[in-house]
Amino acid sequence: MIPIALTVNGVRRETEVEPRTLLVDYLRDTLGLTGTKIGCDTSVCGSCTIHLDGLAVKSCTVLAVQADGCEVTTIEGLAQDGELHPLQEAFWERHALQCGFCTPGMIMAGVDLLGEELTDEEIRHGLEGNVCRCTGYQHIVEAIHEAAVS
Amino acid sequence: MATQVEERTEGLIGARMKRVEDPGMITGTAKYIDDLKLAGMAHVAILRSPYAHARIKSIDTAKAAAAPGVVAVYTGKDFEHLPPLPCAWQAAGVENFVATPRALEIDRVTFTGAGVAAVVAETKVAAEDALALIEVGWEPLEVVVDVEEAIKEGAPQLHEVADGNIVMDWHCGDADATEKALSEADVVVEQRLVNQRLVPTPMDVRGAAATYDPGTGEYTVWMTSQCPHIMRLLMTAFVFGIPETKIRCVTPRIGGGFGTKIYLYPEYVLMAALAEKVGRPVKWVESRRENYVATTHGRDHVTYLRVGANRDGTITALDAKTYANLGGVLSTIAPGIPTTLYGRMLSGSYRIPNIHCQVQGVYTNTGMVDAYRGAGRPEATYVVERAIDLVASELELDPVEVRRKNFIPPDAFPYDPGILNGLKYDTGDYDKALKRALEIVGYDDFRLEQQTARAEGRYIGIGFSTYVEICGAAPSAWIGATGEGWGAAMWESANVRVHLTGKVVVTTGSMNQGQGHETTVTQVVAEELGVAPEDVTVQFGDTQGQPFGYGTYASRSAAVGAVAVYHALQRIKHKARRVAAHMLEASEDDLEWTGSGFAVKGAPDRAKTIQEIAGAAALGYDLPEGEEPYLDDTYYYDPPSCTFPFGTHVAVVEIDAETGEVKLERYVAVDDVGKVINPMIVDGQVQGGITQGIAQALWEGAAYNEDGQLLTSSMMEYAVPKAEFLPKLEVDRTETPTDLNPLGVKGAGETGTIASTPAVVNAVVDALAPLRITHLDMPLTPERVWRAMQAAKD
Repeated sequence: MIPIALTVNGVRRETEVEPRTLLVDYLRDTLGLTGTKIGCDTSVCGSCTIHLDGLAVKSCTVLAVQADGCEVTTIEGLAQDGELHPLQEAFWERHALQCGFCTPGMIMAGVDLLGEELTDEEIRHGLEGNVCRCTGYQHIVEAIHEAAVS
Repeated sequence: MATQVEERTEGLIGARMKRVEDPGMITGTAKYIDDLKLAGMAHVAILRSPYAHARIKSIDTAKAAAAPGVVAVYTGKDFEHLPPLPCAWQAAGVENFVATPRALEIDRVTFTGAGVAAVVAETKVAAEDALALIEVGWEPLEVVVDVEEAIKEGAPQLHEVADGNIVMDWHCGDADATEKALSEADVVVEQRLVNQRLVPTPMDVRGAAATYDPGTGEYTVWMTSQCPHIMRLLMTAFVFGIPETKIRCVTPRIGGGFGTKIYLYPEYVLMAALAEKVGRPVKWVESRRENYVATTHGRDHVTYLRVGANRDGTITALDAKTYANLGGVLSTIAPGIPTTLYGRMLSGSYRIPNIHCQVQGVYTNTGMVDAYRGAGRPEATYVVERAIDLVASELELDPVEVRRKNFIPPDAFPYDPGILNGLKYDTGDYDKALKRALEIVGYDDFRLEQQTARAEGRYIGIGFSTYVEICGAAPSAWIGATGEGWGAAMWESANVRVHLTGKVVVTTGSMNQGQGHETTVTQVVAEELGVAPEDVTVQFGDTQGQPFGYGTYASRSAAVGAVAVYHALQRIKHKARRVAAHMLEASEDDLEWTGSGFAVKGAPDRAKTIQEIAGAAALGYDLPEGEEPYLDDTYYYDPPSCTFPFGTHVAVVEIDAETGEVKLERYVAVDDVGKVINPMIVDGQVQGGITQGIAQALWEGAAYNEDGQLLTSSMMEYAVPKAEFLPKLEVDRTETPTDLNPLGVKGAGETGTIASTPAVVNAVVDALAPLRITHLDMPLTPERVWRAMQAAKD
């Protein structure tokens, strides 16, 4: 077992993990933060996307030990003081989710794209690491577009 | 039973209301099966067959049982007392030769991925680690994966009960009349069509957890199911042989189903049996690879099509002989899909006077095949819409004109296509949707542009699909054992309770997998009762405390589920009128519905809101003589017929002459799903459905090698579309309400998938017309298109 210490959604966490433990399993099983989903086991679908030191990463492709000393934000930590993040609002407003399973990862990946005005093509390209099986992506693209210009 | 209808206040039905179920999903608190943790829970991993066809000579579990963290290891022999799972929908009117899976297979497997042993351990990783320590003595057998090879003499035989690997041999229509009409037709077009196997791939895989209480003999099983009540029925009556009160099925949020979560799977039975064996809660959630090999697939037809037509394009006959690959064993409703929901829909939106369809269901050493979004109707629509284009191409007619020549006209409804076993298409105006789609896409301009492009050596094409489909399953007498062979009924239940505080709780047998049922039902309730949407709670997915219901599939949750809610609301309002009359000391006839309660006609200040009436009814201190307390009603709605949404989809493509890559330039959809309860939700359903249908045309396909290994067994090999694969979809609607239900709704969950596949293939074939290519099988990958172009040029 290896000791690690990291900050998750602003809370300092210290624990011991098996070296093979994936960050997503640590978040879900050890911390109970089940908002982050596992969808494919092969780093394709992006349902497990979180922010690691401010960058969107697939937490199924990071070992928990690699997150030692890092800041992690999950979907549970995105809303601040009870206020939804503008992209969470936009997803709701634009009907950018159906079953909701890819949604946490999709939002975390989408937040990483915000900050400048984007064309639809740029948004679609920016989501190449995230799969949604329900929506056909159109409303997701619209939601990110809306949040990007708001 | 007809209900007396109270007046309705227009407003929420038809409104673009934000979904009430979204807050948990966008903040990460919504709970899916893998988020479930039970105190003392053990984890299960399943050893699956690496062979597509093999005998199990021995299984040695000793090393695995001794591994760290392992609680116990079981094999099929430990559950020999449980019979194979039921096949609950068999093809009607013919013998079905049924072989179904067991909780764990005992002596033989017929597809790669069949479960043969289970490890129960303290952690998921301990269970998975121990799988490698189980030693199975396999005797591999000869394998057949191709449906047409499987029915040849000398092919490996999968099941003793199924001679020649035939599951069933089913017909509909009139074979003799169709042959005669074909012999008399000006032209007969023949084509072999492959509707390839698809892996449905919901983002949330399957899973189950279970507890067993030895004190009461009761099981609780959490499962990813589109129909938990049916699961309870099948598990208790057909597998465990116990009263239905002894199993409670609970479904948490499910992240997409697309049909795959309709069925009773071995693992659901296994979890209940394991919970009893180990005396503690157990949970299993499949990996994505397990989802690919062991969860059901869809489609997989080979069809020999013959279409007869007059020289003016009038279709006179259609004959389809279809081989439906149903996999190594039968899933719960596998034989019903390629028969009732396929063969009976082969008239499409056209008057075709002579139709005949033969379907042979076939066992092969591949994964189970059952309903996948659209379920039979995409396969039928593909045949019919390709048939129209093949005829148009043969006669050098415009495919739009051939469609128009054969459309069922608006004044012909209700229309009996003759092969629907008595059902009639309810309402339709097919040319209206076509006309609108032609306007949006700019058809005349496109054909001019195409001429120019062709002169420049470019390959651009346009394809149409003027589909009709069947929704709102189904009248019980039509689909049930006396009709189409489904082993139960297909009504839907709704219970509405208006509590003392005026808050409304609705339970429905429908089961949300992402379609937005909570919102849609809330809109119906809020509009009908005049309460605020936030005062409505919609519950489902638990067999305890909720009336039996048949669940969600076949786009039935608006046209059947919401209609049951509507009828329960009418009876609630009817009782509320009686209570209000008593409260207001007026005659019932002197009251009118105000939109949120009842008032004395001409005296609007003498009024009671629904909340006041509910409070009085709940307290029961002062009710009309003989009136029961509480506003509480349960309605079981058995629809009088099915509904038939329709529309026109148009794809515009350009093919790269160098690489064969198909670029989807535009996609226009004009759907008519009847009245729309929430246009935003319907847009989402249509867009998502179109994407899955386009994906079949261009990218997706399950591939088995000759040994029966699934080569596309993860999302790295199987081409689920990503955002950048797609153009902006142009979605529009016409609205032709059904007269079968008071909401006028038809169903919108599958139209996109059903319509889009042939539209795209027709567009690609149109683009390749200068090369005299008249058909290509899907998926239309660059390699396949490029090879066809090279062959045509040579």
